[in-house]
Amino acid sequence: MKALQNLFDSLKPNFEKGGKWEKFYTLYEGHRTIAFAPDLVTGTKGTQIKDAVDLKRVMITVVIAMVPTLLFGILNVGHQHFLAVGEEATWLDKALIGALAVLPVLIVSYAVGLLTEFTFCVIRNHPISEGYLVTGMLIALVMPPTIPLWQVALATIFAVVIGKEVFGGTGMNILNVAMTARAFLYFAYPAQISGDQVWTYLGDKTPVDGFSGATALSVVYDAGVTGTQATQALSQHNSVLGEGIYSFYNMFMGWIPGSIGETSTLMALIGAAILIGTGVASWKIIASGFAGAYAMGLLMNLLAVNEYMALPPQYHWVMGGLAFGVVFMATDPVSAAQTETGKWIYGFLIGVLTIIIRVSNPAYPEGIMLAVLLMNVFAPLIDYYVVKANKKRRLQRATV
Amino acid sequence: MELISLGVRSIFIDNMIFAYFLGMCSFLAVSKKVSTALGLGAAVIFVLTVTVPINWLLNELVLKEGALSWAGASFATLDLSFLRFIMFIAIIAAIVQLVEMIVEKFAPALYGALGIFLPLIAVNCAILGGALFMAQRDYTLAEATVYGFGSGTGFFLAIVALAAIREKMKYSNVPNGLKGLGITMLLTGLMGIAFMSFMGIDL
Repeated sequence: MKALQNLFDSLKPNFEKGGKWEKFYTLYEGHRTIAFAPDLVTGTKGTQIKDAVDLKRVMITVVIAMVPTLLFGILNVGHQHFLAVGEEATWLDKALIGALAVLPVLIVSYAVGLLTEFTFCVIRNHPISEGYLVTGMLIALVMPPTIPLWQVALATIFAVVIGKEVFGGTGMNILNVAMTARAFLYFAYPAQISGDQVWTYLGDKTPVDGFSGATALSVVYDAGVTGTQATQALSQHNSVLGEGIYSFYNMFMGWIPGSIGETSTLMALIGAAILIGTGVASWKIIASGFAGAYAMGLLMNLLAVNEYMALPPQYHWVMGGLAFGVVFMATDPVSAAQTETGKWIYGFLIGVLTIIIRVSNPAYPEGIMLAVLLMNVFAPLIDYYVVKANKKRRLQRATV
Repeated sequence: MELISLGVRSIFIDNMIFAYFLGMCSFLAVSKKVSTALGLGAAVIFVLTVTVPINWLLNELVLKEGALSWAGASFATLDLSFLRFIMFIAIIAAIVQLVEMIVEKFAPALYGALGIFLPLIAVNCAILGGALFMAQRDYTLAEATVYGFGSGTGFFLAIVALAAIREKMKYSNVPNGLKGLGITMLLTGLMGIAFMSFMGIDL
């Protein structure tokens, strides 16, 4: 640690004003603060801040919370691969194949995104923060394992530049950056990010006869169209891969095809526990997000005109990316509602909208991505009215 | 039930701003503060709700092919629909004049804040677009009223949301070249992506 500090201290003059790499000061500062707390101190006047937990440590906490999801994602991509090609394999083989599919996506997302971000930081001379370490991992986790790498790079650049840097960088964006990346791909290159064939990594092997890569969401959607009972359709689906791949237990654990990180509800909940325990994410958004989805699921049951609407609401919790989105996307402190009451409304509406889009919009099998983006758009409005109502209440109290 | 689904569709799915990109000028220009955006949004709702049914009457009784048959047999085959644009605009301008006088009388502060944009509602393409869509889609009178109200509400929601975002963006550090309209255009595009969530819902 001492040697590291000496190294940083000896490099410092080069980056300070007048040094030869003066332009790259933000790069130096960004790397130094990974290892050490920033040496900024508040002045003698005004509020004194005594806390080593700066933005950087907060972001790292989120990254740690996502690690279980990432590891599980790698294992599950391998698991689905061997299920689909009909071979027996050990867990080590599965992890290796999974890593082969997932790590390039992660590396491309990090490399391209950090390069874009560093470029902007140097040109515009604002400090580098670890925001992108979170965003970069989120971008990788919401992609299907078969995504072409150039599309990952393109989406990353779009999201970082148009979604974040034009607003001034970390902490100033309006829409969630990772969701912007995914939505960009979704509308620009739908063939590689929707449908039944992209969710299982096959490599150069051919799948077994009778294999259909349909996700749980498209299975229940079809059930709604054909009039099969939805839970039954789930339990009977894809029996060539073994009985009950879409059982409630499997969907909860995450042993189903889907985007890399979205499948496991359990891992998302572990992440939620870390985030809530460290106080990084708002438990109000997470709780009200799940509650909104459940309430809307129940309402759909009451109004049911097809089998999809009659699906028990707890299934909505474990299918698709609801848990992942509510825990990691909706709680993004920058794009979410900032007021405490606003957080309840914001989270609840995300849950409600997700189920509405899932069930009633044939264009999109999954709704969490667009629900989060839409509520990001309305979050400032929610805050505006919460603040206004608060002002009104306090004014009343003052005049009495 | 039909009317409700038409209303919901015109608010969210066929949103004037994000689905048709109509009425952009006032959308971009009067969205700096939530309070003025609220005023303009309310004015647009009012004008659309009033002008679309009145234009419907005009269209059904005067302009449409054969609409003048009540005036005598010699008018039965007359088709005046080439006059639609100018007649619709005339009606809209008259109504806007009315709104302007009402706003000036009862909310002078709002009148001052809206400034030139209130008279400009007369040539707001969202308003004319509402009337023309109504004529093109052969709505009934009830449908026309609901459609006018719904598309006005869609505009209202969009402009108020944008205004709240722009108030929040005071804390952003936008590059100099993009300040003002540039960033607002980008923002509108991003909001359009979010509103894509409703496209394709079949009510």
